Amino acid sequence: MQTELIQEARRQAEICNACRYCEGYCSVFPALHANRAFSDADITQLANLCHNCRGCYYACQYTAPHEFDLNLPKALAEVRQASWEDYAWPQPVARVFHKSGAALAVATILGFALIFAAIRALPEPTGQGFYAVMSHSAMVAIFLPAFLFPLMSLAVSLRRYWRAMGGGVVTVSAIKSAFGSAARMQNLSGGHGDGCNFEDEDRFSQARRHAHHAVMYGFVLCFLSTSSGTVLHYVFDMPAPYGFWSLPKLFGVPGGILMVIGALGLAGLKLQADPKLGDASAWGGEMGFNLLLFFVAATGLALYWLGASTAMPALLALHLGSVLAFFLLTPFTKMAHGFYRLAALMRDAER
Amino acid sequence: MNTSFDIAVIGGGNAALCAAMTAAEAGARVIILEAAPKPYRGGNSRHTRNFRCMHSGPLGPLIESYCEDEYLDDLLKVTGGKTDEALARMVIRSSEECLPWMEEHGVRFQPSLSGTLSLARTNAFFLGGGKSLVNAYYRTAASLGVEVRYEAKVTHLEMEDDRVVGIDYTHGSETHRIAPKAVVVASGGFQADIDWLARAWGPAARNFLIRGTPYNRGEVLSDLLDQGIEQVGDPTQCHAVAIDGRAPKFDGGIVTRLDCVPFSIVVNKDGDRFYDEGEDVWPKRYAIWGRLVANEPDQVGFAIIDSKAIDLFMPSVFPPIKADTLEELAANLELPPEKLRATVEAFNAACGDTSGFMPTELDGVATNGLSPPKTNWARPISDPPFYGYSLKTGVTFTYLGLKVDETAQCSIGNRPVANLWAAGETMAGSILGQGYLAGFGMTIGTVFGRIAGREAAAFAN
Repeated sequence: MQTELIQEARRQAEICNACRYCEGYCSVFPALHANRAFSDADITQLANLCHNCRGCYYACQYTAPHEFDLNLPKALAEVRQASWEDYAWPQPVARVFHKSGAALAVATILGFALIFAAIRALPEPTGQGFYAVMSHSAMVAIFLPAFLFPLMSLAVSLRRYWRAMGGGVVTVSAIKSAFGSAARMQNLSGGHGDGCNFEDEDRFSQARRHAHHAVMYGFVLCFLSTSSGTVLHYVFDMPAPYGFWSLPKLFGVPGGILMVIGALGLAGLKLQADPKLGDASAWGGEMGFNLLLFFVAATGLALYWLGASTAMPALLALHLGSVLAFFLLTPFTKMAHGFYRLAALMRDAER
Repeated sequence: MNTSFDIAVIGGGNAALCAAMTAAEAGARVIILEAAPKPYRGGNSRHTRNFRCMHSGPLGPLIESYCEDEYLDDLLKVTGGKTDEALARMVIRSSEECLPWMEEHGVRFQPSLSGTLSLARTNAFFLGGGKSLVNAYYRTAASLGVEVRYEAKVTHLEMEDDRVVGIDYTHGSETHRIAPKAVVVASGGFQADIDWLARAWGPAARNFLIRGTPYNRGEVLSDLLDQGIEQVGDPTQCHAVAIDGRAPKFDGGIVTRLDCVPFSIVVNKDGDRFYDEGEDVWPKRYAIWGRLVANEPDQVGFAIIDSKAIDLFMPSVFPPIKADTLEELAANLELPPEKLRATVEAFNAACGDTSGFMPTELDGVATNGLSPPKTNWARPISDPPFYGYSLKTGVTFTYLGLKVDETAQCSIGNRPVANLWAAGETMAGSILGQGYLAGFGMTIGTVFGRIAGREAAAFAN
């Protein structure tokens, strides 16, 4: 961990601990106020609890030009970002993708290329619908490792994080508390329920919370869509394509629409928000990830609308290529935040 | 830009904003002239954290009840009777209806902060503190059409007979004059003008720290008093508390407070004790320590504790000076080492049975035969490492102000000024002759801000 980032966050946390005016905004402050001194692990845990709602910044009497120069959302964002890169496995990959939208774009294009190459190189499949372009077994051969590798990588990272934070055996109540908080995005509520400060200085709004909800629940629906398709395929011997009144479509279409709306919303809010209240060096990586989410969802929806047209094979390659990049890069992009956040919320629930 | 305003509000803190919003809701065109730049807007309100509120049953974040007589008793205890009881009762009674009004205008409350549970019944805490209240009020004021000019320093109010006929202010290098129908002055006290403070208090005041805004320089107050507007409050006095000596000259706010005194001995720069550190719990004593330190050489004190006491009080923003021996600590604090050791040894020798030590209540663990005594929490300072904090006098506000009646109106001679009202710290001396009650400044500001806004709008319309 870069010690100067930790040290700066610690300096600020000590000032916050002598003030305590922000206690009601989010989970960070009660956790902060429980300490008198802050170890590196304490600071990293606070950083991962912080949802960057910025309420504390705009309420703070000690922001610049005051000589105390507090900017806790930024200090914690920088520690948080550094912690994701530090705990990642393999670490060098995380160092590339977290902060670079360009690297993400290149990876996505490589994903397209790989899928196109696979379609060309493999023997002509005999299936229907998408499987007429690429066989089901070819898809599984590509995506199963692409799904399992990130899970393994994340497991290594979260184990490192949990140990560094001094976490013990995970309790059911901690899991319930963490998922409950994430499901409501309680830490973006501002404590009073009016939402957070993000796109328009000190004005409270629900925009970011709702956009995040759209992406998160959209993603969950899309995941359920894929899972239900897998079950239909293997358990009920019902291969794709599926009609609209099928579980994969009933989950997938609304999920895709929510993700498109949410990802565009988050990108728009990010353009309006003050980059100086976050880790400015990660802006490109975050924006790139946002657009990748949008691209995954938009090409998925396009496949649904244009599945019978001649554009389908090309669209399929674009969609599968972007999904491949998205999956493989999950531990090394903003996507990782969800896993760390849940871990931090669980750790906090055990406090 | 609209250059024709019904009402000018001078100042940009809580009282000013309450007046501006109230007047704008009554249909008046209002301009706020705030001396500070936008990041420092809000005067001392940006450092506040709560609102003391009467309530006959649970109200918002407040539990149980807090009746008028109890509230008044609490006030009289700190002012030693130097209180206009009629005005005080009016403020107290009005406070109850203020809380929902504040919520309607954007203020959000939170449960009592950790370390302040003693105030959970009497004081409603702003979520995010005073600056978040100020932010919310500026948002609401803007939505009501109130115009705000930052870095607008009012230099003069032109009087003709019994009315204000013009306001001069500077903005950057330009000077402007406006002639609103009515004026509300809510621009605080004069504590940030160190020269004035030194004239009033004496040269010692140059060593004081100012806990709040550097923009409360009293220009409008002095301009009005010079023109014969009725004044109130002791012009030589200010409210001062003992704070960390390393705090910035201005604007250190809440984090500079130091709660270690009851568990320490406090010496002056010569290494001598000068007052009973254990006289009472700290919330009841921090104010007198501002004066006590002000009376010592160079207006500085040093609180000395040992490792037994370091975790007994809220963490301070500045880490203590730490040393393994008293001599080393003395050297680091620039105190005479032998003298400090002698003082500590004399104190330690006077300590008796400490088995009854209770940090949260008056425990009667006292010294024997020591002068001055320490009457509670007297435990030997003997377990290294030793810690030291420097203490200085931190000025919160001044008492000199504009005298107002129950309608917030100012007067000249024996008659009211037809179109001049005052609210907040600049008239708080009308109610608070000495001492201070936590959260009462915001109550005065809110109640009188709303009255001033209402009266000014009624006049202008």
